[in-house]
Amino acid sequence: MNGEAHTTGPDISASAPSPVTVDLLLSVNRDRHPTTVDTRETLLDTLRERLGLTGAKKGCDHGQCGACTVLVDGRRVKSCLTLTVTLDDREIVTVEGLAGEDGPHPLQTAFVEHDAFQCGYCTPGQLCSAVGMLAEAAAGWPSAVTPDVGGGTSPDEGTPSGGDVPPGDGIRLDDDEIRERMSGNLCRCGAYVNIVAAITEVAR
Amino acid sequence: MRPFAYLRPADAPSAVTASAERPNTMYLAGGTNLVDLMRLGVVSPEVLVDVSRLSADAVEEGPDGTLTIGAGVRNSDLAADPLVRRRHPMLAQSVLAGASGQIRNMATVGGNLLQRTRCSYFQDVTKPCNKRLPGTGCPAREGDHRNLAILGHSESCVATHPSDMAVALTALGAIVHVRGADGPRTVPMPGLHRLPGDEPERDTVLDPGDLITAVEVPPLPFAARSRYRKVRDRASFAFAVVSVAVALDVADGVVRDCRIALGGVAHVPWRAETAEAALRGSAATEAGFADAVDAELAAARPLPDNAFKVPLARNVLVRTLIDLAEAS
Ligand SMILES: Cc1cc2nc3c(=O)[nH]c(=O)nc-3n(C[C@H](O)[C@H](O)[C@H](O)COP(=O)(O)OP(=O)(O)OC[C@H]3O[C@@H](n4cnc5c(N)ncnc54)[C@H](O)[C@@H]3O)c2cc1C
Ligand code: SF4
Ligand code: FES
Ligand code: FES
Repeated sequence: MNGEAHTTGPDISASAPSPVTVDLLLSVNRDRHPTTVDTRETLLDTLRERLGLTGAKKGCDHGQCGACTVLVDGRRVKSCLTLTVTLDDREIVTVEGLAGEDGPHPLQTAFVEHDAFQCGYCTPGQLCSAVGMLAEAAAGWPSAVTPDVGGGTSPDEGTPSGGDVPPGDGIRLDDDEIRERMSGNLCRCGAYVNIVAAITEVAR
Repeated sequence: MRPFAYLRPADAPSAVTASAERPNTMYLAGGTNLVDLMRLGVVSPEVLVDVSRLSADAVEEGPDGTLTIGAGVRNSDLAADPLVRRRHPMLAQSVLAGASGQIRNMATVGGNLLQRTRCSYFQDVTKPCNKRLPGTGCPAREGDHRNLAILGHSESCVATHPSDMAVALTALGAIVHVRGADGPRTVPMPGLHRLPGDEPERDTVLDPGDLITAVEVPPLPFAARSRYRKVRDRASFAFAVVSVAVALDVADGVVRDCRIALGGVAHVPWRAETAEAALRGSAATEAGFADAVDAELAAARPLPDNAFKVPLARNVLVRTLIDLAEAS
């Protein structure tokens, strides 16, 4: 898209601070939504206020809590820091889109079975984050607690050697790995122990 | 938030032109810092030029082993890159030590280098702050400065640069490729970020409208033995109180070469040149490491509430040198 062509607000060279709106085609949970957004709008606000998708939650609006986590092109991101105007041609999936035709996503089932929430406010973000996180680990992405970031380099033991990194090897997700990788999602109810248990079950 | 126009030019030269043609323009990359600062009212651009799709999104290896990292490479892709992990483990580790999985998926290399300080007064528009509003004063000096600078600060500002990645890039002597109104040029690290002096509003030597297009990491074989270590107030998802990036080359008990940078201690990612010079050619012993680090930190001028950072930085750095030496 050429942002300029879609800009329906004032002449951009003028400094009059009236809202600028842009027309976009948003793809959310496999549905197409022609949408007109204010350039200032975040994805979180568009989802909740325009599209009626209130699963993603506003906890902090500063990127600090993870309650607003959604998937964009399969990657977990914070929708409170993502401007909607940047998202044409992107595939957005929210917690409402995780379930398949044959029932809930395995992580959703595991969260229920393991009591992985109390008030549930953080849960949509935890679920979307966990979906993205499992894909990252399967692709072999290291984390801050992964011993062999450099292949034979051990950040915690201090035994670097500079060997080969195993390409695309999945990471074995123990509790430490899950906790580190999920550290962008806070839970005021402190359901962490059961969240780790639920994710562990699906990661196996 | 003040209304703004949104442009998405197709390539770097058009982005620079788009920015030069209009007043009060800013580049938008991952938005993880900029969107927040706009919401807080700290910055109020009238035009955002989106550079997140400029196809500067690859890590490429040159014939001599130089790695050229596109400015748009996401932090998570940088940390997962096999070449980066093998050649420069401390660079991958520094990125992984920062922010959270979601933020690393959004954040870019260019944006990470140019993120603003986390000094609480800077982010609070109801407070004075020389960096945000030059001439209004620096409340941090008398107020909350526990997390601020111990090295290189000035009367006008004691802020720290918050990036972890920049600390590793500073140790590695990275070269930043910039395109400005007069065309492309390069800026070495250290050298991109500047000390506050009496112009704390300027974080870097870049001019308005300068676009970072790539970061080049020259070959440094001994950096395959390197490490980033970060101390923070909680185990994960917090900015550094102090961090170190260290590459060490030891043979027969003697330090042949080393690269050291410190984070969380200054307005710039701090390259420890004094310690490096003291270490080169010296015995790789704990006492030798401690002397070299003390020589570096002799320049520290802590404030009342951050004096703890001096021994903390010393101990983390000495320990990391010992670990690397023992592993060789
Ligand atoms: C909750 C939270 C925790 C965090 N924790 C950490 C941490 O522990 N360690 C850490 O290092 N960081 C941390 N960060 C900061 C994060 O790493 C940065 O916000 C991020 O790297 C910025 O990259 P971006 O692409 O999102 O930049 P943006 O927010 O898009 O831009 C940042 C600045 O850079 C400019 N810019 C962007 N790209 C270019 C370019 N190519 N050329 C010229 N100018 C450009 C923009 O105009 C803007 O001024 C944290 C952030 C959050 C929200
Ligand atoms: S330390 Fe710098 S950023 Fe913080 S209040 Fe002082 S002038 Fe502002
Ligand atoms: S609402 Fe987005 S991280 Fe808290
Ligand atoms: S279940 Fe209440 S915040 Fe997590």
